[in-house]
Amino acid sequence: MLGFLVRRLALAVLVAFTVSAVSFVLLRASGDVAVAIAGESATEADIAAIRHQYGLDRPLAIQYFDWLGNALSGDLGRSIFFNTPVSDLISERLPVTVAVGALALLFAVTLSVPLGVAAALRPNSPIDHLAMWLAVLGQAMPSFWFALLLVLVLGVWWRLLPISGTGTFAHYIMPAIALGYYATPAIMRLTRAGMIEVLQSDYIRTARAKGLGTGRILFKHALRNAAIPVVALAAVQFGFMLSGSIVIESIFALPGVGHLAWISLQRSDFTVVQGIVLMLAVIYICLAVVADLFNAWLDPRIRVS
Amino acid sequence: MTAPLLEVRDLRVEIPLEKGVLNAVRGVSFEVARGETLCIVGESGCGKSLTSLAVMGLLPKRARRTAAALRFDRQEMAGLPERKMARLRGDRMAMIFQEPMTSLNPAYTIGDQLEEVFLAHRGEGRRAARARAADLLERVGITGAERRMRQYPHQLSGGLRQRVMIAMALMCGPDLIIADEPTTALDVTIQAQILHLLIELKREIGLALVLITHDLGVVARIADRVAVMYAGEIVETGTAAEIFAEPHHPYTRGLLACVPAPGVTKPGEPLGTIPGIVPSLIGEMAECGFRERCPLALAECARPVPLHELGPRRACRCVLAAEAAA
Repeated sequence: MLGFLVRRLALAVLVAFTVSAVSFVLLRASGDVAVAIAGESATEADIAAIRHQYGLDRPLAIQYFDWLGNALSGDLGRSIFFNTPVSDLISERLPVTVAVGALALLFAVTLSVPLGVAAALRPNSPIDHLAMWLAVLGQAMPSFWFALLLVLVLGVWWRLLPISGTGTFAHYIMPAIALGYYATPAIMRLTRAGMIEVLQSDYIRTARAKGLGTGRILFKHALRNAAIPVVALAAVQFGFMLSGSIVIESIFALPGVGHLAWISLQRSDFTVVQGIVLMLAVIYICLAVVADLFNAWLDPRIRVS
Repeated sequence: MTAPLLEVRDLRVEIPLEKGVLNAVRGVSFEVARGETLCIVGESGCGKSLTSLAVMGLLPKRARRTAAALRFDRQEMAGLPERKMARLRGDRMAMIFQEPMTSLNPAYTIGDQLEEVFLAHRGEGRRAARARAADLLERVGITGAERRMRQYPHQLSGGLRQRVMIAMALMCGPDLIIADEPTTALDVTIQAQILHLLIELKREIGLALVLITHDLGVVARIADRVAVMYAGEIVETGTAAEIFAEPHHPYTRGLLACVPAPGVTKPGEPLGTIPGIVPSLIGEMAECGFRERCPLALAECARPVPLHELGPRRACRCVLAAEAAA
């Protein structure tokens, strides 16, 4: 188990370095930062001065390791636009993004796992068809459109929920549903497929031969084994919810990281974008490790050799 | 005569397919007395596994079961709701499967899976369950029971897992164990050990055993009585001694000719084979199921052949046997 953990963490660190290097090079290749900072009316001399001031005239490798060294000590540089530390900008906004993401994941899992199990128990039944339709709908509707529908129906017509801002818990409900619904089809289909397969396995027949109750067979013997691939998928979906909430945060006027990334991209505020990309990469990697640990707990074949 | 422990009358299993209804088990009847071992013998696809699953109420969902009688210890099981059936299973009748590698849940320890049966049927608590599990593991020949109970199935070999399955079947002290090819998936040396264990257990505990097998060597060592199945029907029944000494049905004779007999079969002498293939089981059968492959087939074989009683608990589904008896 310890060996597994060490190997997994070493791999995670390697991935983090790779992502940071690739994103650094890509961002620099996407445009001349000095030109963007200087503005349209700047002279060649102004641009050269800015380039020197920000250290952009040094070799790319030097710039990268300089930035990386600072990043490792928690300093992601200063925002060009806000002129405040990038780490402050992110940490102010991260709680909103994580709260919406976590609620969205909770919504997705509580909707899709029971639905997937029910569909697996009775393939081709009305409940299976309902689940199928929900899945098709979720896959087919763009999340911005679904979010706008929610705003219109729940917010404007029925006046059940506030349509923007972060004042109360109620403010988070619609964004969480809009964001989480997108993840339900995949989780639901995978739960259904996994359950159908597991329910046909020999050890489920053994459980029945032992005279166990239906609940025990389903939830103790079947779901645990069917959940193993679902965990990995849910982790990826959660990462996607944290990084992909740009649209949702804009629609509901949530001051989150996605919104910050959007305005920073528009302003070519490359230090902020760079910081956000790094943070999201680290979050993704942490989620993958957490998912692996969770799976190791579920499946002794991973943890006991 | 006292009522048999297990009584099966006219058991049928039908599986609807696109091509028609597969009549996998066609009116099988047998009984098993307390402490008796019945071997159901036949080649792959003859319906012997489905027969055992049907008795346990473990058929796949799409299979349909009907029976004139399906009694366990005088209690009618046909039409019994699933909840009541589950109360019998694992407690008074238990099952051992062919595939020890996949029959245990990979996510739980051996101990957990053993204790679970006991906890489901007996209100005696986890401590009693653990003690019982440890006892039985030792009994089926697994040393270091305490350590084994903390292990997971993937840490055990196939032979050990089958021993665990046997211990699991014994947890509640059942009257009947149905074993579906319990040694087929194992190495030859392990096969002999497991078979030896079953023989010992049935002698000591007085278990009734229904053993499904295609291996006549196994039958010779363990069976009190034998039912030979072919194409979803029982074609011959009798005591093991009767079947081996005086087989009546041409199929039974064919099966026996396929096995080398020590002292009789000479080295290099070819073993017998039964030419041809099993008939399709879709729809009703209009003739003797073995007619196409039978070396002795007569014109009369072209219509369904009933089971002829040849004596008490001795029967054969063949027109020749009927003539001989008449």
